[in-house]
Amino acid sequence: MKLTRIARRKAAPAGLAATALALALTACAGAGGGGGGGGAAGDGEPVELTLATVNNPQMKDMEELKGEFEKDHPDIKVNFIQMEENDLRDAVTKDVATDGGQYDIVTVGAYEVPIWAENGWLTDLTGDLEGDADYDVDDLFEPVKDALAVDGSLYAVPFYGESSMLMYNKELFDEAGLTMPEHPTWQQVADFARQLDSDAVDGICLRGKPGWGELFAPLTTVVQTFGGSWYDEDWNAQVDSPEFAEATQFYVDLVRDAGEDDPVSTGFTECLNTVSQGRSAMWVDATVAAGLLEDPESSEVAGKMGYVHAPVVKTEESGWLWSWNLAIPETTQNREAAVEFVKWATSKEYHQLVGTELGWSRVPPGARNSTYEIPEYQEAAAAFAPITRDIMLAVNPEQPGLAPQPWTGIQYVTIPEFPDLGNQVSQDLADVFAGRSELAPVLERAQQLAQEAGDAQK
Amino acid sequence: MTVLMSAPTTRRRARSAGSAAKQSRRSSLAVSRAMLWPALATSIVLTQIPFVVTIFYSLQNWNLLRPGDRGFAGLDNYVSVLRDGSFLSSLGATVAVTGSSVVLSTVLGLLFAVLLDRNFRGRGLARTLMITPFLVMPAAAALVWKWSILDATTGMANWALGLVGIPPVAWNTDVPIVTIIAVLTWQYTPFAMLILLAGLQAQNKDVLEAAAVDGAGPLRTFGWITLPHLRQYVEIAVLLASIMLLQVFDPIAIMTRGTGGTKTLSYLLYERAFVGLEVGEAAAYGVMTVLVTIVVATVALRTLFKVFSTEGLGR
Repeated sequence: MKLTRIARRKAAPAGLAATALALALTACAGAGGGGGGGGAAGDGEPVELTLATVNNPQMKDMEELKGEFEKDHPDIKVNFIQMEENDLRDAVTKDVATDGGQYDIVTVGAYEVPIWAENGWLTDLTGDLEGDADYDVDDLFEPVKDALAVDGSLYAVPFYGESSMLMYNKELFDEAGLTMPEHPTWQQVADFARQLDSDAVDGICLRGKPGWGELFAPLTTVVQTFGGSWYDEDWNAQVDSPEFAEATQFYVDLVRDAGEDDPVSTGFTECLNTVSQGRSAMWVDATVAAGLLEDPESSEVAGKMGYVHAPVVKTEESGWLWSWNLAIPETTQNREAAVEFVKWATSKEYHQLVGTELGWSRVPPGARNSTYEIPEYQEAAAAFAPITRDIMLAVNPEQPGLAPQPWTGIQYVTIPEFPDLGNQVSQDLADVFAGRSELAPVLERAQQLAQEAGDAQK
Repeated sequence: MTVLMSAPTTRRRARSAGSAAKQSRRSSLAVSRAMLWPALATSIVLTQIPFVVTIFYSLQNWNLLRPGDRGFAGLDNYVSVLRDGSFLSSLGATVAVTGSSVVLSTVLGLLFAVLLDRNFRGRGLARTLMITPFLVMPAAAALVWKWSILDATTGMANWALGLVGIPPVAWNTDVPIVTIIAVLTWQYTPFAMLILLAGLQAQNKDVLEAAAVDGAGPLRTFGWITLPHLRQYVEIAVLLASIMLLQVFDPIAIMTRGTGGTKTLSYLLYERAFVGLEVGEAAAYGVMTVLVTIVVATVALRTLFKVFSTEGLGR
């Protein structure tokens, strides 16, 4: 038993230290990137492009169809590396920030495009796109393009885009004798939710899961339509404004009175789950959810849902704006081939290809105007395509709230500190949802954090 | 004369023999030391160099999204770590989550080990089933708990509570720390059980028989013979479980997202590095974590284990 004693004396601190060290190291090293990139093009040697992307269904469709591109471009081969959203963000940020040069094409979210472009990490695609008349760059949705542009130049091309809207269960509304207006206000929605809420059905499902991209996507739009904002024009934090507090209190009260039972567990996926089982009467979330709710294989409410504009208070529109985009890092060795692929994957022909090969409901939404003119698509997505297009064209990422703001973007602030800020504040808000804390001290701390982040922009 | 003459020679010979032995011992020591070097070098490379690099990073001002602003920050990162307050609260959360899960796992593990130490039909099957939770991947276990057991409307936990008339609980929102401890206890009870079961089976049957002959009942035998015998096994179980539970990440990331006192040091580090992308600050948190764990390990664990030592058995 001498051994245990020694183990206890010596190994305990060393073992624990090693454990802690491992933590410290992961903090620095993180998840490694994917496989190696392709070499430069030689004579007759095919160029190998490495594409890092999120593993969303639309991206998987792109991988399925890449053979068509390779058939037309026998000298180019495209390798896909699919990752979870967070892993992708880590891997690509690290690769690009440290000049790794593993990837020739990367999928970048709307939030990161302007930041990365300003860091000089992405190549300017304006010339390549405008120079090609067949590509028809003006066909791309204007607000989506605006959100991606830096000083009028395009550093990424939208592959698909989304806004947010209010989805409601028409059956439940009919039973209760309620009618949903085309442009509801938050007050109306809150009243509906409180009326419809019962033991069997939640009145509304709203995200409560901490995270800048979870809770704060819808909550930021609510704050904006209540007249609040994260910052004023000079990067002074506005979290302590009465509008911010009013909007947040409204959101928290609505969820506690008539929303899901376990808000901290509830994000997009969880809401999709309850709504598609008919256990929630309303849901304000991404427009892409409609495609999933209308799929009879996975949803019990297919054909029973209605879709209207996101609820408002003081603004005209309150939908958010998000897109997944293809961009080419500065570090690539194969820029020309990469541009070819990016253009192909975001072209009108690609949308036709997806429609004919894989089915019209799988065409990437929210990127091109012309997509919404295709009769087959109109038919396949009749329930939600027209309204999705309306909302996407109506939102204004340059000034979503009442006052002008110094960044472009709706449900996020385009500064590097925002994920951290949004994450911390939403974690504190979890205490308010649970009733462990009042809202005022939470927003007081949030104001401090936001001001620190704002000061870094001045 | 011959005796006188021979004595120094013998002594000299003995002396030379002694020094030769010393020399050969020294050279064999040198050989064994040389044999040790590769392992030592590997462990230095694997642990100390990264640690030094971490210390270097912790002195840098480096946000991945601000490549232009990188530079030497001195002790600024440490100042913000200490001033921010999340380090201390996170330390508290780590102690609460790890401590309660380890204690609960060990107590329940002991209970199950005692039960499984008996002879009954299907013992092998029961043992395998009992061990299973420890073999499930932590992320998978957290997902099963989140969706099937603790879901507020369709979960089994609330269904069971409903049978006895208790209103449903919003587990992750209302009692996040209980949720995490429950999942961890479920996962680590089999681990403690396995070690304690080995201890029980290593017990000398003669001693137990002697105790029975002396008229000791099962409770007294357990309290006075089995438990002292198990002391070292308990210590090992507690030590290993603590080391493993300190790094716990998956259930927190999947279920509570660090809310309501579940933001342990490992989750805090993850947030600083991968949500904040603050490499320097995350490294400073890492270094602080190492320092604190070394202090805790040397002081607290040693006093903790004194509690288990009993007179006469303390070796």
